[in-house]
Amino acid sequence: MTALASPAAPPRRPAPRVRSSRRERRMTRTAWLFAAPFVILFLVFMAGPIVGSFLMSFTDMTTRDLQTPFQVNIVGFDNYVRLFQDPRFLRSLLNTFTFVVVAVPLTIGLALAVALALDKGIRRFRTVYRVGYYAPVVTSIVAIAIVWRFILQPDGLLNGFLAVFGIQGPDWLQSPSWALPSLIMMAVWRNIGTIMVIFLAALQGVPREHHEAAMVDGANAWQRFWNITIPAMRPAILFSTVITGIGFLQFFEEPYVMTQGGPLDATLSTAMYTYDQFGFGNYAYASAASYVLFLAIVVLSLIQFRLISRKD
Amino acid sequence: MTTTPASPAEAERLGPVLASASVTDTDVVEPELHPAGRRRRRERPRWWLYIVLTLGLIAMIMPFVWMILGSFKSDAEIRQNPTGFLPQDPTVENYETLFGRLDFTTFFVNSLVVAVFVTLGNIVFCSMIGYALAKLQFRGKKLLFGLVLGTLMVPGVVTFVPLFVLTANLGLVNSYPGLILPFLISPLGVFLMRQFMLSLPDELIEAARIDGASEWRIFLRVIMPMCGPAVATLTILTFLGSWNNFLWPLVVATKEDMYTLPVALALYSVSQNAAKYGLMMAGAVVVVLPILLVFVFLQRYFVQGIALTGIK
Repeated sequence: MTALASPAAPPRRPAPRVRSSRRERRMTRTAWLFAAPFVILFLVFMAGPIVGSFLMSFTDMTTRDLQTPFQVNIVGFDNYVRLFQDPRFLRSLLNTFTFVVVAVPLTIGLALAVALALDKGIRRFRTVYRVGYYAPVVTSIVAIAIVWRFILQPDGLLNGFLAVFGIQGPDWLQSPSWALPSLIMMAVWRNIGTIMVIFLAALQGVPREHHEAAMVDGANAWQRFWNITIPAMRPAILFSTVITGIGFLQFFEEPYVMTQGGPLDATLSTAMYTYDQFGFGNYAYASAASYVLFLAIVVLSLIQFRLISRKD
Repeated sequence: MTTTPASPAEAERLGPVLASASVTDTDVVEPELHPAGRRRRRERPRWWLYIVLTLGLIAMIMPFVWMILGSFKSDAEIRQNPTGFLPQDPTVENYETLFGRLDFTTFFVNSLVVAVFVTLGNIVFCSMIGYALAKLQFRGKKLLFGLVLGTLMVPGVVTFVPLFVLTANLGLVNSYPGLILPFLISPLGVFLMRQFMLSLPDELIEAARIDGASEWRIFLRVIMPMCGPAVATLTILTFLGSWNNFLWPLVVATKEDMYTLPVALALYSVSQNAAKYGLMMAGAVVVVLPILLVFVFLQRYFVQGIALTGIK
């Protein structure tokens, strides 16, 4: 309606500006009405708790204060100081970082290999392979963790398989040195699919002309892979590293179901530690732990986003 | 690191693929250099790639096969032959216990109710704000979008403590609203809808405005009917996310009749039921199979969804 209302009157300067600003205001109002339900839910259930968690981490809030969350004592950085003196927390950080540092490259590497093989190496049954490799992604980690727990039993499927080759497998989940590797193996198994799909999409964008030009210039396959395919896929690889890293830093379901953080805290992750402290009623302390994890995620993401933008 | 031993099995299995990734192009790249041949596959498929990919595929789906077959075995049979595949004497006794004594029907219904409402909420609210962010000009737009994107990085573990305090004070612990409300919106949903709507032509909106349609009418009659693919993707991803969600339901559903499937399964699996392989397998089947079946039929959309949200 308003769009039609532009009159044929002699254009005096101030007039259109007034009208357009009124229209702007109307537009702003309409737009905020569209955004309102989201914004309200967002403030109450996302932004609020994010800020709340931060503030809470500087208090001594426990279960006792559940009904009166605004009457807690402020203790400054005490929770953070305590965290970094707690060997279990430090162990959980170490476990989490070990997990990320080993599992991310493994996931990315294997996903890249599968994506390349699917993209170039074969012609038939691609859908079958794609569906198969992607299937673990859509399934509940909890359910899958339970199945894997049985697979990794001392007399389970994996050791049965190894026995065929005369290898005596360990008691995967009960061994302090094998428990974390077991969870890494499972996490890689589960996440290859996501990254493979992203890489398959990215491979579509690698210009064939470049490969052809390089071939004319006599570049061999390795040179072309290294100098054309990889650079073209760099944004996708870095992006995948970021999202896999963020996901793996939050590592929780697998230790919860498979090992309860054990044996001897060998699989205790920071998310699991946070949940434990919450269970003990140490709300403020749990919040502080979660913020340390959050900070790690932010730092990791910033570093990687910087890498992306530098290459552009 | 003690973690590396996890990789040999993986590396052995897929190592050849990794190696092949770099060599795929070698001799196969026959000089199909004519521009016309550009879209044609230059590679000749290789049988050994099929073998390696198939071995990988077996590793990916073997746990599912074993899970489904295991769910039809009796405890006695599993104890006798823990690594067996085919059930000697198939029985549905595990499922009877699950739905009879353990009341998985309730958990199934809980999961379904939560997932349906969460999905509906996301479709409605994320589309609305998506329209405002994509097609309307208003003050505060950049800030709003920035805030929403910023929360994409925040892990659930950061918000769950204050969210629990809030939920408890609202009296919503152990209730559907308590399970649903925090997930009615998602930053990813906003991002997805906005990106899709940006690609719709402005001319259609302008034309509708000139015809005197209000923004609401434009949204409902012009924009939403064109958003089919985006809504489909959002539906799949949200439903899947809700169905598999674990941490929040674990925190907020403390009474048995409010458990969702993953929570029930996880809690039973760390209780005295833990040793009952067959029963736990059947539970895992109930959690995983509905999604897996939907996935097999709609896999194209799942994969598109990941690719779409993955690299825009």
